[in-house]
Amino acid sequence: MNRLKNAFETLKKNNEKALVGFVTAGDPDIDISLKIIAAMCENGMDILELGVPFSDPSADGPVIQRSSSRALKHNVSLKTVMEMIEKIRKITSIPIIIFSYYNPIMAYGIENFQPDAIAAGADGVLLVDLPLEESDELTSCWKEIDFSLINLVAPTTPQERMTKIASASSGFLYLVSKTGVTGSDGLDTSEIATQMKILRSVTALPVCVGFGISTTDDVATVAAMADGVVIGSAFERLIEENIDNPELVSIIGRRTAEYKAATT
Amino acid sequence: MNPDTQYNSRLYPDDNGHFGPYGGRYVAETLMPALIELESAYKKYLPEPEFQKELNSLLKNYTGRPTPIFFAQRLTESLGGASIYLKREDLTHTGAHKINNTLGQTLLAKWMGKKKVIAETGAGQHGVATATTAALFGMECKIFMGVEDIARQAPNVKRMELLGAEVIPVESGTGTLKDAMNEALRYWVAAVRDTFYVIGSVAGPHPYPVMVREFQKIIGEEAREQIQTITERLPDLLVACVGGGSNAMGLFFPFLEDQAVQMIGVEAAGTGIETGKHAATLCTGSLGVLHGSKSYLLQDKNGQIDEAHSISAGLDYPGVGPEHSLLKDINRVQYVAITDQQALEAFSALCRLEGIIPALESAHALAATMFEAKSRPKDDIILVNLSGRGDKDLGIVGPLL
Repeated sequence: MNRLKNAFETLKKNNEKALVGFVTAGDPDIDISLKIIAAMCENGMDILELGVPFSDPSADGPVIQRSSSRALKHNVSLKTVMEMIEKIRKITSIPIIIFSYYNPIMAYGIENFQPDAIAAGADGVLLVDLPLEESDELTSCWKEIDFSLINLVAPTTPQERMTKIASASSGFLYLVSKTGVTGSDGLDTSEIATQMKILRSVTALPVCVGFGISTTDDVATVAAMADGVVIGSAFERLIEENIDNPELVSIIGRRTAEYKAATT
Repeated sequence: MNPDTQYNSRLYPDDNGHFGPYGGRYVAETLMPALIELESAYKKYLPEPEFQKELNSLLKNYTGRPTPIFFAQRLTESLGGASIYLKREDLTHTGAHKINNTLGQTLLAKWMGKKKVIAETGAGQHGVATATTAALFGMECKIFMGVEDIARQAPNVKRMELLGAEVIPVESGTGTLKDAMNEALRYWVAAVRDTFYVIGSVAGPHPYPVMVREFQKIIGEEAREQIQTITERLPDLLVACVGGGSNAMGLFFPFLEDQAVQMIGVEAAGTGIETGKHAATLCTGSLGVLHGSKSYLLQDKNGQIDEAHSISAGLDYPGVGPEHSLLKDINRVQYVAITDQQALEAFSALCRLEGIIPALESAHALAATMFEAKSRPKDDIILVNLSGRGDKDLGIVGPLL
């Protein structure tokens, strides 16, 4: 069963766009993190990107850096993330993408990674610091085809390179909306439109857009151009702001519903 | 110890920047086109006679090259063993080997039409060198430096500011070199279209390890000629300290195919390997990916990067250049670790016996040299890279000696 393919087909049939939600696994702790994810699933999240915390997140802005630090205080490792996915899989059938830097995958063991991720119920992996040129080492030991390596395309990626990246991808392509780290302010819609136009000409894969999307207006704007909208830092900021609030889980649930409503 | 294989330096790195299993480009996609552009600019401009002419003229008239080698007679006699020669990189303009590289990279930035440069710095020597060459070429310069290092290398912060650079304090993580590099990478992702990132060591994504080696190999090329003029033969042993490893690669590289020349790279053992507070990446680390390349790392079983510790800010780094990892694996270079205390003793010895105040980084290489000299015959020749001068360390050393 290919959950990613099914998800995008169903969304298309219903004339909907995907709400892709990112949270760091184990932020603020493992139990609450699981409750937050359940609330996101109940409120319309279509795809989950579950972040593996890393000590040196050099592609992330301060919000996700801090979420990583909070999770690491609870010793959340890739093994913990696999265990969390097993639990999440029991309550939802939406696609789950593991979002990580490459080093925790290497430390886990690249041979064991795919079988364990599939057994836990994951559908793919996105590695922020593993560009096309270096990804063979990981994918050459993959035996299952229903497991996607989600590749990123950046505003700086030239068309020829986009074609190469697209042909090595499955599931969907992740278009980085701007040059910068995660959580950067401001959305350049004309830049996204330009990149989307080129991407559509080189691939039939669904395209989700992320980085710097935080308001429901942003979501509506991007959803009109792409197949999905990725929200990460905005959720993490909300977790941070409400870390001691007993209503944290329901706050995240409500915000998810608002974002989802903006995608249609 | 004989190396397992003859090292053929022309084989490394391959087209994608791999030194055997190490190196490569592990960065965000946003940076990949910039690294590809940098690689092609580096390959295009470096061989151009005009580029070489401009670089060599600056190395001579601005930096003060060639730096001499000096026979440390009193140090040698005090130990009673092998003869110790110092390659005096401390005598370069700005007081460390770092300027060889920043001059090369900033000149390349100029040829590429970039007007802004950024750099990370630990001890501040690379930051000062980058601020210096940026001023020379009239470029805007931002230096990322951990708050811990800002506190312990205050004179260098002042220098960078005098040179017109903006020093950006980095509070995240441990507030040291690795965090400065994380922050510089974050800044570069946003500013990549008009900004050149001057990486200070043979670390980071391809083409930095090979490019920095290329700009630093002048150390070894000069030393190879100089030592033969003085002693009429090649040295028996080369010694250099290794944080990221640029001064060591610079000295070692031109000798790598001279099989009779042994080499020792000296890491920081901090308060002792057994205490866990050290920066001995090659001596104790394991394979991983950090800051854009695959190499040995200090990390836990889950792949989280460990804190490094050293009295020397320039060695206080949990990674190491990928070519060093390969040279370790094939036994071409032996890597050892020297404690804070041993480095301080060597620091003191050089001050009193030779009238030279070494950088704490270089003092690690000296400490290993002194151990080796004692156990070797008098006709052995050891050439050690005195990579920098120690004025910047007076605040640290003062209360301890």
